[in-house]
Amino acid sequence: MISSNATAELIDPAAVAATTPSPGPIRVSRARFAAEPSNLTRRVILIVVGVVFLVPILAMIEFSLRVGQPVKNVQTYGFAHYLAVFDPANNQAYANLFQGIANSLGICAITVAIVLVLLLPTMIFVELKFPRLRRVLEFICIIPITIPSIVLVVGFVPVYSVVAQIVGSYPWTMAFAVGIIVLPYAYRPIAANLAAVEVVVLSEAGRSLGAGWGQVLLRVILPNLRRGILASCFITVAVVLGEYTIASFLSQNTFQTALLLVQHTDPYVAVIFAVLALVFAFVLLLLIGRLGSLRRGGTRLSRRSA
Amino acid sequence: MTVATPLASATTSGVGNISRRRSVVWLGLVPFAAYVLLFLAIPAVLAVGSGFFDSTGKFTLANLAAFANPQILQHFWNSIWIAAVTAIAGSVIGAVVCFALLGTKSDGFLRTTVDSASSVLAQFGGVMLAFAFIATIGAQGIITKWLISIGLVQNVFNNFDGKGVLLYQVVGLLIPYLYFQVPLMVLTFMPAMEGLKSTWAEANATLGGTRGTFWLRIGMPILAPAFFGSLILLFANSFSSYATAAALISSQAVITPLDIKQQLTSETVVGVSNTAGVLALGMVIVMIVLMTGYSALQRRASRWQR
Repeated sequence: MISSNATAELIDPAAVAATTPSPGPIRVSRARFAAEPSNLTRRVILIVVGVVFLVPILAMIEFSLRVGQPVKNVQTYGFAHYLAVFDPANNQAYANLFQGIANSLGICAITVAIVLVLLLPTMIFVELKFPRLRRVLEFICIIPITIPSIVLVVGFVPVYSVVAQIVGSYPWTMAFAVGIIVLPYAYRPIAANLAAVEVVVLSEAGRSLGAGWGQVLLRVILPNLRRGILASCFITVAVVLGEYTIASFLSQNTFQTALLLVQHTDPYVAVIFAVLALVFAFVLLLLIGRLGSLRRGGTRLSRRSA
Repeated sequence: MTVATPLASATTSGVGNISRRRSVVWLGLVPFAAYVLLFLAIPAVLAVGSGFFDSTGKFTLANLAAFANPQILQHFWNSIWIAAVTAIAGSVIGAVVCFALLGTKSDGFLRTTVDSASSVLAQFGGVMLAFAFIATIGAQGIITKWLISIGLVQNVFNNFDGKGVLLYQVVGLLIPYLYFQVPLMVLTFMPAMEGLKSTWAEANATLGGTRGTFWLRIGMPILAPAFFGSLILLFANSFSSYATAAALISSQAVITPLDIKQQLTSETVVGVSNTAGVLALGMVIVMIVLMTGYSALQRRASRWQR
């Protein structure tokens, strides 16, 4: 049980090849018996699927570059629609879209704050003081995946009619509803990071060296969790920017609802912003991926606090 | 004795102190608990419960009559078969992609790119994916125009089944839905695929098996629970998705999430109030059945993922 990982590593041919000198001409082609596909199969599958999945994205880019109607079946291309976005003459036309983007960014900030102020401390707290509640917390954070947001929205509408009476109907109030949708995504990176770091041992070590709880939290625990925290913040931003259901039901103007509106009057601009948003989310998630692979370089304690 | 008395009193006072501090420590859980109660528990209960009350606030089962409405039933059925088709096709294609990715370095360029792209498409696309397909196979889409240019003036995309553009029909939803189902499969199934130990392939080889026997006798049986678990997750994902359909089909409701939207904005089913709540209840019941199956399969699948 304990050594299952270790034996797998020992027998893994790649590992063996790396540690022992090459056994000479007796080379068994690994591809013959390994579970992995051959290089050719791998390439064919990935290229076919990759091309099919690239076509719609490329089609969006092609669409956004079209200028005017085709003349004699020849379409002219240019950056006219891109330039039009920043043309002051069109400010009025796109005001709603920019307002939506601004609202979405505001909601992003508040949602990230909810993750950092409500979820993160609770997770650390449960880990340190109530390890038995870990399963309960995990269960709560997974629930929003199993309840479709379209169903939750049916409940959000009456809740928000109360909220609107108390604080007024502002786009930022939506952040509390979005924060719930974000929970499963934000929970996982932090939980993975918590599991990899011995939080209890670290905090006890810090305490026995005379640090107060505040110091332990700020200078020992948080620095060790920064990758998980950063990843969950990024993913929160991506979810909030892509959120449409809640905004449309609560009749708030956000990036996605504004995109859909502007699509009726100016589909080119809608597509331009859609491509940009998809690329932006892709880069954010790529950064999370890089963060994750850096972690595998070794579980080291924070150097700064050492 | 003389020693024991102060010791005993010290411990009892210590216990009292600890239990008092423990009750203070509990307070640390209050903010998150309050947030989850207000924005998750209450909306969820309201959403599902509102179907049981009439417009005057009295308890009633009469609203369930909505499920006798042929139109609502038809939309429910649409939701289910679209989810089923895209889940089956998506999970098969996704599993093939996972197979192709087997043996690549999990922190290499290829995998991080595929992972990030999958996350973007699976989780944050929504409205933007709808635009992508309008630009690809919509009336002015690049593929539609190409088909027209090669002589197919009436083709499958711009006049499907004699009812106009394919993308704006129920069947047309299958294509954009697959575009987020396949990436979701890659995300959820890849960990199980990686759980296949190279020792198993070697054991198979030493016993004279080929790659075919490995997959048929070892790989597929072991991966079966994980595969069907992911398939259920895909079904749930498609069943509950709203944004893509809302962006494509705005004029009439064809699937249950769109029905909910219509019911929340206007009561159209005569004699039935709170129809949105009833529909939400129906969706939750489907989801509960799905998730029960999912967790049962997940338990089986996790046997091999240590």
